[in-house]
Amino acid sequence: MKKYDAIVIGAGHNGLTNAAYLAKAGLNVLVLEKNAYIGGATVSRELYPNWKYSNCSYVCSLLRPEIIRDLELPRHGLQVVPYGGGVTFKQNGDYFGNHADHERLLREVARHSKRDASAYERYEADVMKQTRLIRPFLMRTPPDPTSLKPRDLKELALLAKSFGSMGEEGLADTMRFWTMSIGEFLDEYFESDVIKAHLAGSGIIGTALGVYSPGTAYVLLHHYMGDVDGSVGAWGFARGGMGSVAAALSKSFLSFGGTIQCDAEAAQIIVKNGKAKGVALANGDELYADIVVSNLDPKRTFLKIMDEGDLPADVVTKAKNFKIRGSSGKLNIALDGLPTFTGLPKDSPLCLGEKHFSDSLPKMERAYDDWKAETWSKDPYVDMLIPTQIDPTMAPPGKHMMSVFVQYAPPKINGGDWTAEDKAGFEKTVLDQISNYSPDFKDLILHCETRTPQDIENEVGLTEGNIFMGELTFDQLLFNRPFPGYAQYRGPVKGMYMCSSGTHPGGGVMAAPGANAAREILMDLSLTNTVPGGYDDD
Amino acid sequence: MMPHDETMILETPFHSRCLALCEINLWEDWKGYRSAAAYTSVEQEYFAVRSNTGVFDISPMIKYRFTGPDAGAYLNRLVTRDISKIAIDRVAYTVWCDDKGHVMDDGTIFHLGENDYRLCAYARCLDWLMWSAEGFDVTIVDETAEVAALAVQGPTSCAVFKDMGFVGIENLKPFGITRYPFEGSEVMISRTGFTGDLGYEIWIEPALAEAFWDALFAAGKLRGIRPIGSAALDMLRTETGFLQAGVDFIPAEEAIRTGRSRSPFELGLGWLVSFDKPVFNGRKALLKEKQEGSRYAFVYLDVDGNKPAEHAFIYAGNKEVGTVTTAAWCPTAKTNVAFAQVDATYGKVGQELVAEIYYERELKWTRVMAKCTVIEGAVFNPPRKRQTPAPDF
Repeated sequence: MKKYDAIVIGAGHNGLTNAAYLAKAGLNVLVLEKNAYIGGATVSRELYPNWKYSNCSYVCSLLRPEIIRDLELPRHGLQVVPYGGGVTFKQNGDYFGNHADHERLLREVARHSKRDASAYERYEADVMKQTRLIRPFLMRTPPDPTSLKPRDLKELALLAKSFGSMGEEGLADTMRFWTMSIGEFLDEYFESDVIKAHLAGSGIIGTALGVYSPGTAYVLLHHYMGDVDGSVGAWGFARGGMGSVAAALSKSFLSFGGTIQCDAEAAQIIVKNGKAKGVALANGDELYADIVVSNLDPKRTFLKIMDEGDLPADVVTKAKNFKIRGSSGKLNIALDGLPTFTGLPKDSPLCLGEKHFSDSLPKMERAYDDWKAETWSKDPYVDMLIPTQIDPTMAPPGKHMMSVFVQYAPPKINGGDWTAEDKAGFEKTVLDQISNYSPDFKDLILHCETRTPQDIENEVGLTEGNIFMGELTFDQLLFNRPFPGYAQYRGPVKGMYMCSSGTHPGGGVMAAPGANAAREILMDLSLTNTVPGGYDDD
Repeated sequence: MMPHDETMILETPFHSRCLALCEINLWEDWKGYRSAAAYTSVEQEYFAVRSNTGVFDISPMIKYRFTGPDAGAYLNRLVTRDISKIAIDRVAYTVWCDDKGHVMDDGTIFHLGENDYRLCAYARCLDWLMWSAEGFDVTIVDETAEVAALAVQGPTSCAVFKDMGFVGIENLKPFGITRYPFEGSEVMISRTGFTGDLGYEIWIEPALAEAFWDALFAAGKLRGIRPIGSAALDMLRTETGFLQAGVDFIPAEEAIRTGRSRSPFELGLGWLVSFDKPVFNGRKALLKEKQEGSRYAFVYLDVDGNKPAEHAFIYAGNKEVGTVTTAAWCPTAKTNVAFAQVDATYGKVGQELVAEIYYERELKWTRVMAKCTVIEGAVFNPPRKRQTPAPDF
């Protein structure tokens, strides 16, 4: 059998990024993908004729600009178009409009509370302070706080310096921010229910926690720390769908001489004498390489495709304890036209952004109560977008594609698998909710793909369908991601590495874990680094 | 909650009149209001204020109203200046600080009556005002949209008002407030402004705004009245040494980077800080700073040559000691001035510094190391600004 220098398991955005940097350094790299198509959760597929669905990830902001530029992704077809706007509809017929224009936004906030309009500027400044603290660490390997290696000490010093630069109250504010709930955080700024509800969504998306669960304030940051062309916190559509991110990464990888093999499910990482030696496929084929990189989540990596006997006992336990809980589902809908929303002019620029139907924090907390009771939220929080208003490539002219992220949806229903009836019930709950605010919506539906956490796990391979490959709580961040002692992308077996969103700096279509892991691998091989450093944020 | 409003940018109560006169259609966004940057020619607008009368629509300025038995005590706790010394029908310029003693904003307080005040500010600050109001019996209302206002500035401004029938207006002292009947209601006039010249600001209910504008421009026709935009105003305020929030300092609450906000002392506004008051926001920190020294000094510079020192670095010998925040050639004072923030050990009046100026002519960039001298303050400070009775021109 042919031997490669490195095998990367999983052709998601991090796997492809990792592979591209290894190939760029001159390695002969093979990427294995279990599905017939690449992308993992960064995928767009035609599931209804002439409609393209980004059926997992659906918007782009976190994807590191350093990587976009360095891997020449624009030349390989990637274009990210920013969008603005956004609405949270209220039950009383009113709404909160998240205007793209700053002064217009503040006037809209003032419409709900004049005091909140003034507090909004304080809120923005405070969130930006936290954003600026974390951004420089996205393209860096987390330091090992127990190590005395010069490199770790240097990185720890940098971390300390960054905290120091936050000023006297910076450390206190930061510790609070990283540990408190998004609800409590917002309560310190705002009095208007709908404004709090609108902003709180970013604190719970993809997370099996409620708006009043500690740790959710940081999750909000995870949605603010990206940028589109330097505009921090902005989000955009990848033209052609999120699959175009994976497509551009794969073209970049192939341009460096890499190989991608689809329909090739990894069954086992082959370990001999404590060293990674290759990958055995589900079909029985064996492929060999001294470097094996897993882009699967930590649970799948250590509990499914590695032999527990090859691993230290603590790793097995830590993998079992790793928090990766399914909390969300998705509906992708082909529409015959643009739906009308009660109270909102059809041509309102607000329509270009996300729409939500949760107008208070208690309502969102109740949605979480259903998750705890192991059923889907009966009045869910949705993050809904119609990208075809901006991207003409996703549906025929005049037709639309709607992406509805739904929270909460549990990995299991009352302890059992999702049945067809459960899935139909979940779908009906969401369609009914949207229809409450859009009377013509149901008549426009041509096709609807509904995905439960279980569907996402089965198709994409994300354990429990957790979109971040592990909760983004402080106990699983920075040098504790995925677990203490293994945050520098090296696995417990020589030659085995991790590059998934389960590693620092976490989930979202960011590609930083893949790039950071490549830097460590190249260092171990004493090869010239091909991975760029982060841009200076000053 | 107010009803829906699909308007993307608001119009001031004077908008119809501004629009009619805005020949070059140069608008900007001032706190969500459409505001003229220039009407015809920035230079002509500037000289209207220095030679005749210029009218600037200040309606978008953020305005808060304070009433209730503790209104005065509350404001004294909020701002650095001693408000108890501001009599009824008087106005005071002041700053207010956060608990670190850093300037959140500057503005003017109008003592309108017993337990009745108005604060005009650059930035929205209702949230901070409410924080500071805990324990005080005071009602705070944002009345930005409820009050239309114009700055009427220049040597003939008093004469124009006299022609409008405002008898005795010439006796209004600087920072004084008076009222006249207008169209069955009332116009409030204060002798205040942002130009450093003889001038007034008028405050009126929005419904009467257009009528007032028409009467004003009819009366001013023979005295060279014209509307001015923000570009001309910027030249005027520079010449007279007024700081602009967001330009010469970052309001403390908006500062993201540590160390970027400034104390009143660091802005040359130490004279606004009254330690005689036992309690006010930022007092403890400011007292400490007064004892231990400031980090920065704010200086006015007379810059050699005629190239405005915009964005220039400031050197003392070979050492970089600061940067320019505002710079302009001043057409009336015939002086090249700059405002700069420098390290606190520099900036004594009379000290010579150097500004590193870059300027471009037909795509050729030139660097000038211009000598500059630290000066006391405003390069334009005419007697008519203070004279009472005010002269006609």
